[in-house]
This record gives sequence, C-alpha cells and structure tokens, in this order.
Amino acid sequence: MEIGSLNVVVLIASLMVAATPILMAAIGELVVEKAGVLNLGVEGMMITGAVSGFAIAVTTGSPVMGMLGAIIAGALMALIFGILTQVLMANQVASGLALTLFGLGFSALVGQGFVGIVPPRTAKLDFGPLSDIPVLGQILFRHDALVYVSLLMVAGVWYWLTRTRSGRILRAVGENHDSAHALGYKVRRVRILAIMFGGACAGLGGAYLSLIRVPQWTEGMTAGAGWIALALVVFASWRPWRALLGAYLFGGIMVLQLNLQAAGLRFPVEYLSMSPYLITILVLVIMSSSRARASLAAPGSLGQSFHAAG
Amino acid sequence: MLRLEKRPSPSRAWNYATPLVAVAATMFLGGLLFLALGKNPFEAIRLIFWDPLFSPQFAAYSRPQLLVKAGPLILIAVGLSIGFRAGIWNIGAEGQYIIGALCAAAVALFFYPAENPLVFPLMIVAGAFGGWLWAMIPAILKTRFNTNEILVSLLLVYVAEKLLAAAATSFMRNPDGGGFPGSRDFTRYPSSANNEIIANTGMHWGVVAAFIAVIFAYVLLQRHLLGFQVRLAGQAPRAARFAGVNPARLVVLSLGFSGALAGMAGMFEVSGPAKLVSIDFNAGYGFTAIIVAFLGRLHPVGILLAGLLLALTYIGGELAQFMLGLPAAAIQVFQGMLLFFLLAFDVLSNYRVRFSMPGRKAEAA
Repeated sequence: MEIGSLNVVVLIASLMVAATPILMAAIGELVVEKAGVLNLGVEGMMITGAVSGFAIAVTTGSPVMGMLGAIIAGALMALIFGILTQVLMANQVASGLALTLFGLGFSALVGQGFVGIVPPRTAKLDFGPLSDIPVLGQILFRHDALVYVSLLMVAGVWYWLTRTRSGRILRAVGENHDSAHALGYKVRRVRILAIMFGGACAGLGGAYLSLIRVPQWTEGMTAGAGWIALALVVFASWRPWRALLGAYLFGGIMVLQLNLQAAGLRFPVEYLSMSPYLITILVLVIMSSSRARASLAAPGSLGQSFHAAG
Repeated sequence: MLRLEKRPSPSRAWNYATPLVAVAATMFLGGLLFLALGKNPFEAIRLIFWDPLFSPQFAAYSRPQLLVKAGPLILIAVGLSIGFRAGIWNIGAEGQYIIGALCAAAVALFFYPAENPLVFPLMIVAGAFGGWLWAMIPAILKTRFNTNEILVSLLLVYVAEKLLAAAATSFMRNPDGGGFPGSRDFTRYPSSANNEIIANTGMHWGVVAAFIAVIFAYVLLQRHLLGFQVRLAGQAPRAARFAGVNPARLVVLSLGFSGALAGMAGMFEVSGPAKLVSIDFNAGYGFTAIIVAFLGRLHPVGILLAGLLLALTYIGGELAQFMLGLPAAAIQVFQGMLLFFLLAFDVLSNYRVRFSMPGRKAEAA
C-alpha cells in the first residue's frame, strides 16, 4: 500500500514505536492526575529515565537491566516531588518545574560519559509465522516487547481505575480529598504511591527513547516529549483508551513529519519539526474550548494541596 | 511524631530566612556532589562563590560578568514574578526571549548599514513587542478558550527554538559570513551595539533596564491598585472575584508584561553579550529566571539579590569548569537543587512544626 513515496504499512508500524514513549509517560501522569496531583516534572523524570536506562544498559550490557533501572530512577525522582508536595506542602506547579530543571541538569551530568556510544540491542519479540501475515503481521507482530507492554499498561490502568477497589479509592482521593479523608482513606499515602507510579512510567518511556527508539544518548534528547505527554492527558480527558488514541495520533504526526523531512521537500526542516508542538497546542485549544466538558472531565481536586486539619 | 500545623498567616521571619537556609543547604549537598565527582568540595565552592568577586587573579575578568549575567535574569524574573503572584504561570520566558531577540535583530538588519540614533530605541521597542506578542498566544488562548497557559507557553519555547534555528541558518544569515550560520555581528554596527556604558563594569543598557524594572515592579506591587489585585488574586481568588478583579484582564496584563520584559532581555543580549543571532543563542536564562523569581520570594528587591546570586553561580561555574574541570551540567544540577531546597524549607513559613506524644494517636495524613 503506497501513497506517493510513503508506505502506509511501514508508517503505521513506525508510528507505534514513535508513540510508545509518550504513551507510557502519559499513562503514568494520567494516574497521578486521577489522584488529584499535577506533576509537571514529566520531562525531567523522562530524561532521567533515559539517561539512567542508557547508562545501566551500557555498563551491564543488558537492556532489561537498563529498563528496570530507568523505572527505579523515574520513581525516585517522582518521590522527591512526592515528598515536596505531599509532606512539605510545596506548590505543585513550582515543584514540578523544579523536577524538570533538576532532571535536565542531572541527566546532562550523568550522560556526559555516554555520548556517542551504541547501546546493546533490544531483541524484537518473535511471533513466528504471525509476523509473516501480509500487512497485519508487519503492523502488529514485528515490534519489541515494550510496544506491547505499553498497550498492556493502557489496558491495565483502565481496568484498575474502573474495575478495582483500590483504583476507585485513588479516584475518590482525586475527586475530593476532604471526603476521601473523612471516609478514612490515606490521602497522602495514595498520592505518593500514584506519583511514584507516574515517575516509573515516565522513566520507562525515557529509557525506551534512549535504548530503542533513537537509540543513543544525547543531551536534552526528550525534546519536550514529557510536555507533550502532559498535553496528551488533557486530550484524553483523563481516560486511558483516549490516551492511546492520542499518542498514536501524535506518533503519526511525528513519523509523517520525519518522512517529509527525509523526502527532501523544498521546505525548511525547522518548520516541519515545529509541527508536533503546534499541533499539540491546537489540540489543547480544541479540548479546552468547551468549558463545561473540560471542567467535568478533570479530577475535582487536581493540583490542590491537601492538609488534614487537627 | 512530627506534625505540621498551619499558621494563621505566613511567618515573616521564615519568609526571609528560607532563601538563606536553602542556599546553605544547597552548598552543603552541592559540596557532596562535587566530592562525588572527585573534586575538592571546598575549593569548588570557593571558586564558585568567592573567587569570581574577590580573587585577585580572576576578579578583574569575572566581576563585570556578574552584571552581564544578572541583567537578563533579573529582567525576566521580575516579569515572571507578577504572574506567579497571581497564580498565572508563564514558564515560556525562554521562547519570548528568543522572539524578542529575533524581532530586534530584524529591525537592526532592516536599517543596516545606515547609522541612525533611533535604531537602538526602535530595537528595544521591537524586542519588547516580540516578547509581548509571543506571550499573547498563551494569554489569548487562556482567556478565550480556557487553555492551560503553562503547557502552551512551554510548548512555544520549542517552536521559538526552531524559528531561531531557521533564522540563524537561512533568513537572517550573514550574507558576508561565508555560508556559516549566524547573523551579522550587531556589536560591529554602531547603531545597534549595546556596549558597556561604563567600561569594565559589565553595565550595559539591559542592566539599566533590569534596575528600572525592579523599581517599576516594586511601585506597582506596593502602591498601585493593579498590584493589590495581583496579590489578592493569588492569595484569595474567590475574594478577588467579589472585589471586582477581572481575571482575564489580569492574565493578559501579567503574561504581556513578563513577555515584554523577556523579549527586551533577548534584545539586550543579542545586541550586546551574544553579539549575533546564532543557533545556540538562548542559554536557558528564561528557565533559570524561574528559580530567580522563587528564590527572590517573588519580591522585586529579593529578585535583584537572587539574580546576582544565580549570576554568580554561572560565572563561578565557568571558573570551576576551567580550573577544576567541573562539568558544566554540575552547575545546572546545583541550581535545580537550590529550587528544591527552597520549596522544601518554605514549609516552615506556612506551617509550624509540632512535636506530639507518640502515645496519643496523631493524625498523620
């Protein structure tokens, strides 16, 4: 299937890869926001995950160890944010920004010895004959394991938030922390755990970027992916499946834009590479313009500090 | 057990003390970081905080740099602090700074090589206008469509960076530059040059503008109705609405003000210290200014002091890089830690720490 010089099958397969890091980070942030916390540090946690995952994978020679390391590093970064906002009652916006500024510096510091190194390869999953199915096999069965992990994360988070008791407690905490507290739920504990989950997801997304998608370490390599993930949560109206849809849309735009660059159009590269950011803004505007819908979808206590009196 | 009890009103003493405590804690943890990097922590801290100002060997070069670096930081941070006080988060100053510089550069290149004393003032106006315009995008999207200004202003930084790259490599490239990226050198075009006003002090017009901005913001916040509305909207949004504060107007004004100042900072930088429009023209002042604004407690005078301190970390960082081989990123980490500590210690100004008996069940949540 070809349109012009673009092969649609390859395009769909590669947009899934392009979307995976932001999908992971967005799913994590979605859970955090469902718990009523706005963590603007996604970019910082992602790049910390990217550099830690890369460094660990290169030194141990194992991409799996790298991924695990990235998960832990992201969760630890998130824990700093959790302690600041939940224990020390710091402003969430400022703390999130601090996390991003710190993460960018920290990753540059750790990563300086790893520039220009090729990481160990991550094997693709072997689906045997399935991957030979025309079109469908190419799109669905020729990826690395993490693409499927990200899909499982979407399904898992959806199931957890809507079908399990603990997921409902988390949502209650996010909707109205005073009521949740009055019912005896540990608001602070739930939120810190959610924040750490979000950090772990962002860290894994970052490691996917540095170990599989690029795969290389360069300073500031996330290039706003964390911020796009934050926008994606708004786009998704805080619903996991919509986050998947949104991530694949963005993935499509990114891949298309890169393909156009490679096709050598007589159009400056800089303007094409603006498009993901501009489209993100456009989407944000469309999603927020209908005031009633946006305010209904957002968790009730989003971004507010909780301090139990007495 | 430790327990936090909310103070009826923030403690004034802690309000002044937390920045100092945060700086001390950052020096301590930063020292440990330098130690972990295999450097002598005492030497590193001395090189960063003492030698740029007082060492006979380096001070002659470093001291003027203090004002050069502090100028844009203060100018941008003063603008940001107004919005931050009102709970309006412009975190895209870096982008407004770039666009301001590009607009000012466009004016200079338009008049080049004609000499005219009006070129420089026109560039200032263009710089402020460019920054204002770029900040108006999140402002109007916020007031018209209720779009989150944090995300929009930040995403526009990336767009501005791409525009900068396009300017440096194509539409503003120096035609006499032998095909290298980068515009003409504005310091070599007398009408556009932002030179030192007093030789060897680092005092250029951008520093003057920063001082004026500090005074202006001080008067605005302390003596003007708008300043009162800004503070009210930040501290008690509901009360502000009842008091007749128009939130949309506040968004447009505070984003516009911070954008204009950031754009102006970009103008002074491109026509002076940076010399030209290049791909890596923006050095992160727009983000560091966020730290400056918080460290200065969103107060104009505090921002003045905080701007000087962070300028010192830049210069001292370069010195430590040169003398000890301390990585440049270590200073970025250092600045990030400073903001962490500041936010952490702020708990002391808003809450009282109480000790309670372990026997009695204290509500921990």
